[in-house]
Amino acid sequence: MTDAWAPSARQLERASVERRRRRQRALVAAAVTVVVFAVAIVGTLSSPGWQRVQETFFSWHHMRAALPDIWRAFWKYNVTMFLVAEPLILAVGIAVAVTRHTVSPWLTPLRIVAVAYTDLFRGLPTILVVTLFGLGIPALQLTGVTNSLFWLTLVALVLCYGAYVAEVIRAGIDSVHPTQRASAEALALSRGQAMWHVILPQALRRVVPPLVNDFVSLQKDTALVGVVGVFEALKVASDYGNYHFNYSPMVLAGVFFVVITVPIARLTDWLSARARRREWGRG
Amino acid sequence: MSALLEVAGLRKSYPSTGSGRRADRVVLADIDLSIAPHDVVCLIGASGSGKSTLLRCLNLLEPIDDGVITFDGREISDPLVDPRDVRREIGMVFQAYNLFPHLTVLENCLLAPVKVHGMAKAEARDRAEQLLDRFGLGAHASAHPDSLSGGQQQRAALVRALCTRPRLLLLDEITAALDPILVGEVLEIVRAEAAAGMTMILATHEMAFAREVATSVCFLDGGRILEQGPPEQLFTAPREERTREFLARVL
Repeated sequence: MTDAWAPSARQLERASVERRRRRQRALVAAAVTVVVFAVAIVGTLSSPGWQRVQETFFSWHHMRAALPDIWRAFWKYNVTMFLVAEPLILAVGIAVAVTRHTVSPWLTPLRIVAVAYTDLFRGLPTILVVTLFGLGIPALQLTGVTNSLFWLTLVALVLCYGAYVAEVIRAGIDSVHPTQRASAEALALSRGQAMWHVILPQALRRVVPPLVNDFVSLQKDTALVGVVGVFEALKVASDYGNYHFNYSPMVLAGVFFVVITVPIARLTDWLSARARRREWGRG
Repeated sequence: MSALLEVAGLRKSYPSTGSGRRADRVVLADIDLSIAPHDVVCLIGASGSGKSTLLRCLNLLEPIDDGVITFDGREISDPLVDPRDVRREIGMVFQAYNLFPHLTVLENCLLAPVKVHGMAKAEARDRAEQLLDRFGLGAHASAHPDSLSGGQQQRAALVRALCTRPRLLLLDEITAALDPILVGEVLEIVRAEAAAGMTMILATHEMAFAREVATSVCFLDGGRILEQGPPEQLFTAPREERTREFLARVL
């Protein structure tokens, strides 16, 4: 429709009121933010022990000295393990969640395994599973099983996180309205096809935030493989600390962990917003 | 009598989606409408003519691009008006019922009276049960919406809207998803409310019903009110060619 529309005087006035309110809100937001952060920063810096804390945890000199080793360890173990483990965990999680939703009597043993697996690995402390796999499996002296600590601890992480992720995905599947399955089955799709093409895609989209939670958590927990002697970033940093009595490199390693998770969070936010826009026509 | 709701020069557009630089999609333009207390105004027109959007603009669910909406003598399109103050007074029922599936029918009906209007729970319950009984839902008060038929759900949605004693009721194609028999039981309620003097604006495809209850009918076409008048006039002697074409197709 082409029409020669020009905003009315009332609309222009309204727009200017809205602009003024936006400005006011921005001003309030800025003022509150500055005050809150200023109080927090001043409070920390003026505390009596700040000098000591700064030397032990925030020493620029020690951070620089440990940087190359931490950087290398971070990429070699923490990032690589995360990248390899994440797709495996998703696959395990989906497989377990879908298995729990099957109805065929033939699959009963699989369903029992799926339930037992989630209960067990969700309940066990991750550090225990990592230790058992990293030290226990090589001690069995099995032929044909790798002794690589990288792979053994990776499997431990995949098993632990697979259990969490399976439950998240199961919650997503349960949240899809039954009419969706009905309309898929009405098109003569099999239960499996309905799950794969109709229900699972909606379920996964809904659980993106908790999934990202688990993946960020996984990224942090790659530091757990240090307990069996894998020299990942945090282990390298604490090693340095034990030699030099300075823990600044651990703070630096912490910064690495945070920095790498931020782009993941922003990317998934953006992807979900785009999917919402496409489906609902607004974002 | 002075108008309860007045619309002047209302305009609404959506930003164009997709790639390329295209002009905004205008869905409502130059809408003028005046509704007196106890009026029943029916909006008719093809799908996509802007009926639903107009209703959503009236209780401020959609921001408007221009024009003035006045409710009870107060401009509600003013950005300084709290939309919730407006919505407390205006009830709305949707085509797809939109009942809350996690609450029972009764709980659906109690939510706004208790949480928004601060009614005592016992009082709200009395009123809700009375209305549910009156509309044949007494036996389903403790059922969850998804276990009811479409007609029952839509009647429950109407009761939910009526529980807050709105001064204006907006009904958005509330029978479009129902079969003729269920349509009848839902329209029965609307008819009763109209007789009781409720002011209503309804978007509808039920021409016979519009003819029966409406005090005024508006024909929307391409986002504009092309023709407006009492049902006898609009249905029997429409002025506009487009209105005639539309009526020939649906009657």
